[in-house]
Amino acid sequence: MGELLNELKRAVIIFGTLAVILGLIYPLVITGISQVAFPYQANGEMIKINGNIVGSELIGQNFDGPQYFQSRPSAIGYNASTSGGSNYGPTNKLLINRVNETISEIKVNDSLSSNATIPSDLVLASGSGLDGYISVESALIQVPRIAKVRHISESTIDNLIQKNQEVPFPWVGQPIVNVLNLNLALNGIH
Amino acid sequence: MSKVLTGKKTFMTPVIRPIEKFIYRICSIDENQEMTWKRYAYALIIFNIIGITFLFVLQLIQNFLPLNPAQMTGVRWDTALNTAISFGTNTNWQSYAGESTMSYLTQMLGMTVQNFLSASVGIAALLALIRGFTRQNSKTIGNFWVDITRTVLYILLPLAVIFAIILASQGVVQTIGAYVTAHTISGINQTIALGPVASQEAIKMLGSNGGGYFNANSAHPFENPNGLTNILESFAILLIPMSVVFAFGYIIKNFRQGLAIFAAMMILLVGGLGVAYYAESQPNPIIEKMGVSGGNMEGKELSVGVGQSVLWGAITTDVSNGGVNSMHDSTMPLTGLVYMFNLGIGEVIFGGLGVGLIGMLFYIILTMFIAGLMIGRTPEFLGKKLGPYEMVMATSALLVPAALILVFSSIAISLPQGLAGLNNPSAHGLSEILYAYASAFANNGSAFAGLSANTVFYNLTLGLAMFIGRFIVIIPALAIAGALAAKGRVPTDASSFPSTNALFVIMLVSVVVVVGALTFFPVFSLGPILEHLFLQGGLTF
Repeated sequence: MGELLNELKRAVIIFGTLAVILGLIYPLVITGISQVAFPYQANGEMIKINGNIVGSELIGQNFDGPQYFQSRPSAIGYNASTSGGSNYGPTNKLLINRVNETISEIKVNDSLSSNATIPSDLVLASGSGLDGYISVESALIQVPRIAKVRHISESTIDNLIQKNQEVPFPWVGQPIVNVLNLNLALNGIH
Repeated sequence: MSKVLTGKKTFMTPVIRPIEKFIYRICSIDENQEMTWKRYAYALIIFNIIGITFLFVLQLIQNFLPLNPAQMTGVRWDTALNTAISFGTNTNWQSYAGESTMSYLTQMLGMTVQNFLSASVGIAALLALIRGFTRQNSKTIGNFWVDITRTVLYILLPLAVIFAIILASQGVVQTIGAYVTAHTISGINQTIALGPVASQEAIKMLGSNGGGYFNANSAHPFENPNGLTNILESFAILLIPMSVVFAFGYIIKNFRQGLAIFAAMMILLVGGLGVAYYAESQPNPIIEKMGVSGGNMEGKELSVGVGQSVLWGAITTDVSNGGVNSMHDSTMPLTGLVYMFNLGIGEVIFGGLGVGLIGMLFYIILTMFIAGLMIGRTPEFLGKKLGPYEMVMATSALLVPAALILVFSSIAISLPQGLAGLNNPSAHGLSEILYAYASAFANNGSAFAGLSANTVFYNLTLGLAMFIGRFIVIIPALAIAGALAAKGRVPTDASSFPSTNALFVIMLVSVVVVVGALTFFPVFSLGPILEHLFLQGGLTF
C-alpha cells in the first residue's frame, strides 16, 4: 500500500515537472525565438497602411463594392475571431440553395450569360471561412466588371493578376491569387 | 529511435541526459527498478488521471489565471470534462471552438502538455508490449516513468522545437499578444484571433494528437498558411507512426518483421487513399449541372486543394491524428466512408503513437490464431506461444470498441438529445453520428463537424467512449506483455507459420479488412453508401 502511495507521489511530481517544461518553458521559448527571428510571420502577417492595420495577408475578408475582387463565400462572414465551414453534406438542400443564390448574384454582378460556367471555388465556402485566396480563373471572370467601374483597361488588371499569381506548392494545386494583395494593388494604381 | 527507446547513447545524450537525471532525482525514481505489468498499468492509469484532472480544473478556473488577453470565461463543466478526457487519451476530439473558449494559458499548459504526455504514454505501452515478446521468464516489463521521460525528452521535444520554429517562419502565429482588430479597406472592423499556435501545432502533428488551436483546425490559415506547411504537416503526421514500425523491427532484432508489418500497413493506406481520391476528385453532380466547373471545394482551402485535402484526410484517419485541413462533413459520401472505415478498424494503419502498432499486433495475434487453426498447430509469434489468455485479450481489445461504436450510435439516433445536434438530414445525418462515435472510440478526434456536440449528452457519451477506447487497448496490451514476458521462447521450426513473407502480409491485410467490413457494412450501407446513391440520382434533402 505504502509503495502505491509512493508511486502516486511520484506521478504528481513528474507530471508537475513535465508540465512546467512542456507547457511554459517550451512555448515561451518558441515565442521568444519567433518574435525575434520572424516578427512579421509570428504576429499574423498584418499589413499596415499609414500605420493602420488593414488586415492580415493570410486571413480573408469581405470586400464591399463592385470595384474590388470578391472573396469566396464564407460560412462565418469572415469573422476572424472565429473560424469554420458550413459542414453541409453534398445532398443538403441548404447547400444547393446557397450555391444557386451565389451563382445568380455573380451572373448579375459580372453580366455573365445564363449558360456561363463559374469556377467552383467562387461558389463553395472554405473550411476555415477565412480563405484569403481565389483561383486565378475566378479572378479573371471579375476583370470586366472592375475595369468598367474603375475606368481602367482590362489588360492592366490582367497584369496585376499575373503579378500576384502564386502556386501553393510546385506541382500541387491550381494557380491562386491573394485577394487582399490584389485589391490593395488595385487601389495603388487608382 | 530504437536506441533512445532501449536506453542506448545517442548524439543528444550529452545535452539531455542531465535533464533526464534531474527529473529522476526530484521524483525519486530509480531508473533501474523494473515494474510488473500490474504496477506498470497502475502507474500509467494514475498518471493519466492526474493529467485529466489537472486539465479539467485548469479550464474551470482559467478566468482567474494570467495569459488570458481575450478574457475567456471559465469553461462549462461538461465541455471541460469532455476536453480533459479527450486530450488525456490522445483523442483530441473538440466540442469547443479554441479561439472563442480557451485562454492562452489553457492552450499552453493544458492542451500542449497533454499532447506531449498522451503521445508518450502510447509509446510507453508499446514498449512494454515489445518487451513481452523479447524477454524470457521475466516478471517485469520495464519502468513506466523512465519510458515516458525518455520518449518526451529525446524524441518528442527535440522534434517539436525544430518543427515549431519552421512553422513559425512560414506564418503559423506564435505570440502571447492580444487579438488584433484590423480596419479593412472596405471600412469594416475585423477582429483577428491570435495565440501561441506554432508550439502547439508542432506537437499536434507529431504526437498523433490533432486538436486544433482554432476551430477550423489545420484549415485555418494561421495553423497551415501555405502549400509548404501543408506538406510538412502531412509529413509530420506520418513521421513517428511510420518510424515506430521500423524501430519495432530493430528492437526485436528482426528487421524483416518490421518490414512485413510496414508492407501490410502501406497496402491498407494506399488502398483507402486510392478510393478516397477517386471519390473526391469527382465534382458534386448536382452542383456541376448548375454550371459550376472544378472540384468539390466546399470545406476546402485553395492553398491546400482537393488532392492534398484527401491525402491528409486518409493519413490522419490512418494514424489517429484528429487534425483536419478540410471539412470531412462536406466530402463526397465514399470519401467519408473510407475515413470511417479507417477509424472503425481501430486505426491500425500505422496508427496513433504506440497504440497503432499495438492494435496491429492484436490483429497479428488474431491472424496467427487463424493460421494456427488452418495448419493445425498452436499459434505462435516471435517465438512466443499464444494461448487462450492472449487471444481473449486481443480479440476483446479489437471487437469491444467496434461493437460499442454501433451501440452508442444506435442510442444517439434513438434519443431526441442525439438527433438535436444534427446539421444534415437523412443518410448524411447518420454518418455524422456514426463518425463521432467511431472517432471517439478510435481516439482519433476528427469529426463530421456539423454535429453540434457541445451538449451535455454528447460531451458525456463521447467522453465515456474516448475513455473506454483508450484503456481497452492499453490495459490488455500490458496484460499480454506481462503474460508473454513470463513465458520462455519456443524454437521456430519448418512447420511454424512464417510471419515475414508475402503470405503473412496478405493474411494480415485480409483479416483487417474482413473484420472491419463484417462489423460495419450494414451501417455503412445506410449511411455513406445510401447517400452516394442519392447523390448520383440527384436527390436532395
